[in-house]
Amino acid sequence: MAFFAAVNNWLKHFAYELQGEFLLALKTIAAVFRRPFYLPEILEQMHIIGVGSLYLVILTGIFAGQGFALAFSVELADFGAKNYLGRIMAIAIIRELGPVLTGLMVAARVAAGITAEIGSMKSSNQLDAMVAFGIDPIKKLAVPRLIALIIMLPVLTIICDFISLAGSWVIAKYIAHVTTTVYLSAVRDRLIFGNLFIGLLKPVVFSFIIAFISCYKGFTSGGGTKGVGRATTESVVISSITILVVNFFITKIVFSQLKGWL
Amino acid sequence: MIELRHIHFSYTDKPILKDVSFVVEDNESLVIMGPSGSGKSTILRLILGLEQPQQGELIIDGDNICTMKEKNKRKLRKKIGMVFQAGALFDSLSVGENVGYYLLEHTNMTLKNVSEKVVQMLGFVGLDAEEIIDTLPDELSGGMRRRVAIGRALLSTNPMIMLYDEPTTGLDPKATENVLNLIMKLHQEKTIASIMVTHEIIDALRVANRFIVIWAGEIAFDGTLEQLRSSDDPRVKEFLRPFLSSFTEVVQKRFVEGIATENNSASL
Repeated sequence: MAFFAAVNNWLKHFAYELQGEFLLALKTIAAVFRRPFYLPEILEQMHIIGVGSLYLVILTGIFAGQGFALAFSVELADFGAKNYLGRIMAIAIIRELGPVLTGLMVAARVAAGITAEIGSMKSSNQLDAMVAFGIDPIKKLAVPRLIALIIMLPVLTIICDFISLAGSWVIAKYIAHVTTTVYLSAVRDRLIFGNLFIGLLKPVVFSFIIAFISCYKGFTSGGGTKGVGRATTESVVISSITILVVNFFITKIVFSQLKGWL
Repeated sequence: MIELRHIHFSYTDKPILKDVSFVVEDNESLVIMGPSGSGKSTILRLILGLEQPQQGELIIDGDNICTMKEKNKRKLRKKIGMVFQAGALFDSLSVGENVGYYLLEHTNMTLKNVSEKVVQMLGFVGLDAEEIIDTLPDELSGGMRRRVAIGRALLSTNPMIMLYDEPTTGLDPKATENVLNLIMKLHQEKTIASIMVTHEIIDALRVANRFIVIWAGEIAFDGTLEQLRSSDDPRVKEFLRPFLSSFTEVVQKRFVEGIATENNSASL
């Protein structure tokens, strides 16, 4: 009985959280189109999210690309298909690796920052002070972060793709001994609409996930500094898991819809 | 005028306020006292429209804030200045940006004009603008932070009523003195009403003429200092008991000061 009661409570809590996040998402999207527009805050967040995450994305991209290229080159060599390395890397990086790695890195860094910042503002009554001065905290805090993520995450993903492909080129040329011309030609073969579309659709969707979950966790955090810490951890964990789950479904749905373009 | 009519408020299942009713007239100075967790601060949050009561009406200048849309609440809040517990200054903004926050957000005033007003306001609340205008709130002492918060509330909304949530809690005697003097100066010079929430009885006695004691979400007392002193309500007695010696001392001092003031007025 205790087990069923625990499951019941967990499901109730899950439904409540989902409802809260959905409502915040609706309010945030509605607020995007309403005055005033906080352009300085959007630019500031673009800098924090974009420039601040750049080193993380570059490091992750280069080593992930090289690791994958190394593993694939050995397997492909067994079949005498080393020349296809560029083709496989292009598909893997542009469709999956680039968007997911960038999403996870930004979720870890930015979601934690957003939740901690909003949470500590809440615990010190700064959100109430904002309301008292006629400012809508969703408009002032959530909207600039959402817009900045929607703009910067695809940019970071493109950078990650480029760096990963460059990293895998190093492996192709110096370890697998695939010529640059062959590698680039194979990569170019897979730079087609379907792959690029999936590769850019995913970061846009991930932006919404990171923004809504991290802002919701910040706005609903409670219990002082300990509560803010807990909310920050939850924000990163939930964002990361949601990104992985949604990534699978996007791939699955787009695959079935865009078959002719892939 | 602010009127609370039969307000009932609870968080989830826990009742916080039970049938609370009182009126605050224009230019009145009221203190709400009570032990921690008795629902004092919730009253201020209800007046500001940050919380919604389950029952009752809250009338501010003829408008019921409980039934208002958020857009109209924002307009109404312009009549109310709120000093939150510990100041609630925006910690990523400088002192100058904090004080001029409302003007920067809601008006088209130039930076130069806002800056001039900020300097004036910091002077009014007794702070050296040149010294602190560019510092962050974290670099200020507790007393200075409260005074900056009062300045921010005044410059923000040009209020008809000021709400103070525990303005002296955690301050040393000197800082407490400064903040209380500022609250009294504000009441006398700007002639605006004020509601102060505190559990520091001695501070309460210094700034107000009318007192409400909240006990477990109910109004246990509402009246003047003289009535408070002679109240037979066991809840009031229980609340005052730990402060009895200092309470008597302050009451006597106030009566002496009151007689002196009356004598001065008569001789003039």
